[in-house]
Amino acid sequence: MLLKGRQSWEYDHRPVILGTGTVVGPFEGQGPLSGDFDHIHEELSIGQDSWEKAERALFEEAAQLAAQKAGLSMNQVQFLVAGDLMNQIISSTFAARTLAVPFIGVFGACSTSMLSLAVAAMLVDSGAATYAMAATSSHNASAEKQFRYPTEYGSQKPPTAQFTVTGAGAALLGKTGNGPVVTAATLGKIVDLGVKDPFNMGAAMAPAAVDTIMAHMSDLNRSPDYYDLIVTGDLSKVGYQLALELFAKEGFPIDKTVYGDCGMMIYDYGKQQVQAGASGCACSAVVTYGHLLNRMQRGELKRILVVATGALLSTISYQQGESIPCIAHAVAIESGVN
Amino acid sequence: MIMDFVWAFLVGGAICLLGQLMMDVFKLTPPYTMSTLVVLGAIVDGLGWYDPLIEFAGAGATVPITSFGNALFHGALQELERNGWVGILTGMFEVTSAGISAAIIFSFLAALVFRPKG
Amino acid sequence: MAQQKKKKPGEGIGLSPQEYQKIAKQAEPKRNVLMNGVRAYLVGGLICVIGQLVQTGFIEWFGFEKKEAGNPTVAVMILLSTILTGLGVYDKIAQWAGAGTSVPVTGFANSMASSAIEHRSEGFVLGVGGKMFKIAGPVIVCGTVAAFFVAIVYMIFHPELAGGGK
Repeated sequence: MLLKGRQSWEYDHRPVILGTGTVVGPFEGQGPLSGDFDHIHEELSIGQDSWEKAERALFEEAAQLAAQKAGLSMNQVQFLVAGDLMNQIISSTFAARTLAVPFIGVFGACSTSMLSLAVAAMLVDSGAATYAMAATSSHNASAEKQFRYPTEYGSQKPPTAQFTVTGAGAALLGKTGNGPVVTAATLGKIVDLGVKDPFNMGAAMAPAAVDTIMAHMSDLNRSPDYYDLIVTGDLSKVGYQLALELFAKEGFPIDKTVYGDCGMMIYDYGKQQVQAGASGCACSAVVTYGHLLNRMQRGELKRILVVATGALLSTISYQQGESIPCIAHAVAIESGVN
Repeated sequence: MIMDFVWAFLVGGAICLLGQLMMDVFKLTPPYTMSTLVVLGAIVDGLGWYDPLIEFAGAGATVPITSFGNALFHGALQELERNGWVGILTGMFEVTSAGISAAIIFSFLAALVFRPKG
Repeated sequence: MAQQKKKKPGEGIGLSPQEYQKIAKQAEPKRNVLMNGVRAYLVGGLICVIGQLVQTGFIEWFGFEKKEAGNPTVAVMILLSTILTGLGVYDKIAQWAGAGTSVPVTGFANSMASSAIEHRSEGFVLGVGGKMFKIAGPVIVCGTVAAFFVAIVYMIFHPELAGGGK
């Protein structure tokens, strides 16, 4: 049975990740995970004449790479489940136009990677699709331009600020084949504990991550040591610290496993000025589909839980004095041959 | 003459320090910080203290954004004294015209010539 | 150390918003107020010294009166800031200098130039024209409205100064 507990799915047919595509910008290529990405672009503009077009180009490339590595063409894929940070998710929609694939648009801000993966896995597991692709993208300049200040504006970022990843990650799922398998997912509910500062998203998102992780364990009757590694998407230094405090307050034994955060893995804090760490839809996507799945392939990891976190504010909600509602979606990925 | 430069440095730096404290201690973002300082400049000039500050600090008082508030009030006052109450409206941008015109024109030209680099 | 409390599904986190915001505040890395203040002071002071140099230049070489030299000085500072913004250098300096670069009029020019340059992709009318004042707009509006009220209050105390036609 697909539904487990209150808000989780267990995929009895264990959909296989047949291929992934990870592309990033130059800054990410200078970080410690550069060897795990399929393609590192040298120019932030990706050879395009606007930041928005650049993000689209990254998205298309990642999607095409994922299909290529799976040995399939895009017209064999039933559905593309995708989203991004841009208003009206135009990076995904315009890329879907190029890719000419039936499109299910989703919005989860920085939680989109796992939201789309969970939905795509559900489609394949239930027989609603033979092949489904999950994808997302983000671009540092397009995000700054939309949410904060023009990229050449001189404002001093506070130490809680995070740096949006420029990149795109895509995963193609099918019922059978060789590759890591998606075994379960927990869709989060919106959690808002009143944090209002858009320069401190980590603090806003930490409660959502903890809430979803606890719900996951409860729904699936698991405890953290079921997994070799649990990662959150982009809580970064401040949010990660708060998540640990929340786990402690809730009496949740996170110490039974290794707990990390993608936002703290992709950049080199010593050499790259990123304040608290990374954020952006692409953060959890490229770290998971690139780095973590590579580690799984090498046999270093057998079962991981990736909990992507998103802050669901808009510039208007913030200017109207609202707090930042957040969400976290968890997907369990295990190594295995189907 | 050297003293002109010393005072420009000391006073200008102090106003910027005030702005930095607004950002770090009161957690104001740059638009809020700049807006507050402009309002402060207008009030200080209303009290008659900004002109003497310009006298001895020179660019230390005219370069920070506070002088924008001072100039707006000055312009309004000038026309007020000349033409009565309607002068508040007609004189406001008289003194600041150079700054605003320059900013608009140079920004436009910059958009023609430069691309954003991220 | 920690025992797993079996939560009812959907129970969620047992902290109130107030309690959470308290621990969130404590988790914030402390800003180095002293270092930031020193940097802002140095760079801001330096920019004002450059302004003083320019102003002195206008007085000595171009024959401006001290009172009039302010205007062309501001224009030159704005030009310099616009060029540095276009070259992609101003924002890098600003991360280090903080208010030292945003408080002087150079920061005002940078806010307008950066907006104009950024939104060129939306065309010159709606992009450059329509969005140029994204950050500078509040400064102009607040300054104008403040000057208006200060003028009114001023005239209440000095009614004899209103000249010309009433």
